[in-house]
Amino acid sequence: MPSLKDLKNRIESVKSTRKITKAMQMVAAAKLRRAQESAEASRPYAERFNAVMAGLAASVGGSDSAPKLLRGTGSDDVHLLVVMTAERGLCGGFNANIAKLARAKADELRGKGKTVKVLTVGKKGRDALKRDFGDLFVGHIDLSEVKRIGYNNAQDIAKDVLSRFDGGEFDVATIFYSKFVNVVTQIPTAQQVIPASFEETEGDDSGAVFDYEPSEEAILADLLPKGVATAIFSALLENGASEQGARMSAMDNATRNAGEMIDKLTIQFNRSRQAVITNELIEIISGAEAL
Amino acid sequence: MANTMQFDLVSPERSLASLEATAVQIPGADGDMTAMPDHAPTITTLRPGILKVEAPAGASEYLVTGGFAQINGDGLSVLAEKAIPVAEVTRSHMDDLIAEARASHEAAKAGDDQSIVDDAAKLLADMEALGTHMSL
Repeated sequence: MPSLKDLKNRIESVKSTRKITKAMQMVAAAKLRRAQESAEASRPYAERFNAVMAGLAASVGGSDSAPKLLRGTGSDDVHLLVVMTAERGLCGGFNANIAKLARAKADELRGKGKTVKVLTVGKKGRDALKRDFGDLFVGHIDLSEVKRIGYNNAQDIAKDVLSRFDGGEFDVATIFYSKFVNVVTQIPTAQQVIPASFEETEGDDSGAVFDYEPSEEAILADLLPKGVATAIFSALLENGASEQGARMSAMDNATRNAGEMIDKLTIQFNRSRQAVITNELIEIISGAEAL
Repeated sequence: MANTMQFDLVSPERSLASLEATAVQIPGADGDMTAMPDHAPTITTLRPGILKVEAPAGASEYLVTGGFAQINGDGLSVLAEKAIPVAEVTRSHMDDLIAEARASHEAAKAGDDQSIVDDAAKLLADMEALGTHMSL
């Protein structure tokens, strides 16, 4: 049976925990709004970009002169998994879910006898995968100094990935991130970026025949690396929104749990206090009767 | 025949403009071109330069680098990696861009692929010309 003093300390400590989680929840809510806004602001670019690329890819894709980024290297023996997670924890299952998906994919690929390489973006993913795949790590990109994700961050990552591709380090690259649906739902997603695949958009350009300046191939060669950067940028932004959403709901839960705990402890505290008082009374009364 | 067309300028980070325009001068990779309503459908890549928009509501100019423009029957979309309204461009912006171009030029020179070196040199020249043009 804990003493009254212990209980009191306990209640105080849970109360301050609740204050912290509450504050974190509110910070996450504010950040979420910003993250969502930038995710939405980036969407028109990504959509148009993909629409144009899909058209270009469809017309050039079949030929042998298509760039390697679109066609692939001709084999799929070496896979690069780009695992993008948050720099911080305390956001529920957010990081764990992405890591889990990446781990499943890596195991599957290794089961098929492929070589797997892992590039991590964000500290938490690296920590989560270090034990199982530590020997497969080829690099890590740290974004902990970055306050607001910009396109140049995505460009840096893309540059890293592309230089590895040009160096023949891998054949297929897949990025792992979490797609933001709403505050309580984030879907861990795997998306192949090299060789590029574009979803066909319907009816958008209604088969308009474009003049290309310079040639189709030159445009494609120019744009494909940008496509990688664009895909990574949207993934980073989705991830940013997902992280804040996950943190917000995790902190909401934590705040609620802390509240319940405080209630429970308070009841226990009151009961013990009453028991102590009753005890004292009994002692006084029986002492008086003994006289 | 329509007198205006839908013009959109978007960068990865935000959408800068979406309006009805009468003519847009695009700094294309193979030379400047002006798109007017009912221009033939064209896709062109951009070189660093100034994008001039003429609209009934007034003219505006943007500094754009990298990306492409897509002209189709009823409108024009410009997707630029960087786009800044000219009024907001400062000397430090230009310095950053030029420094970036110079760095990639240096990096390219270290390699042995001549075409990349040429591209980077052209980029650097474009950037510097742009700075002079804007008399910053």
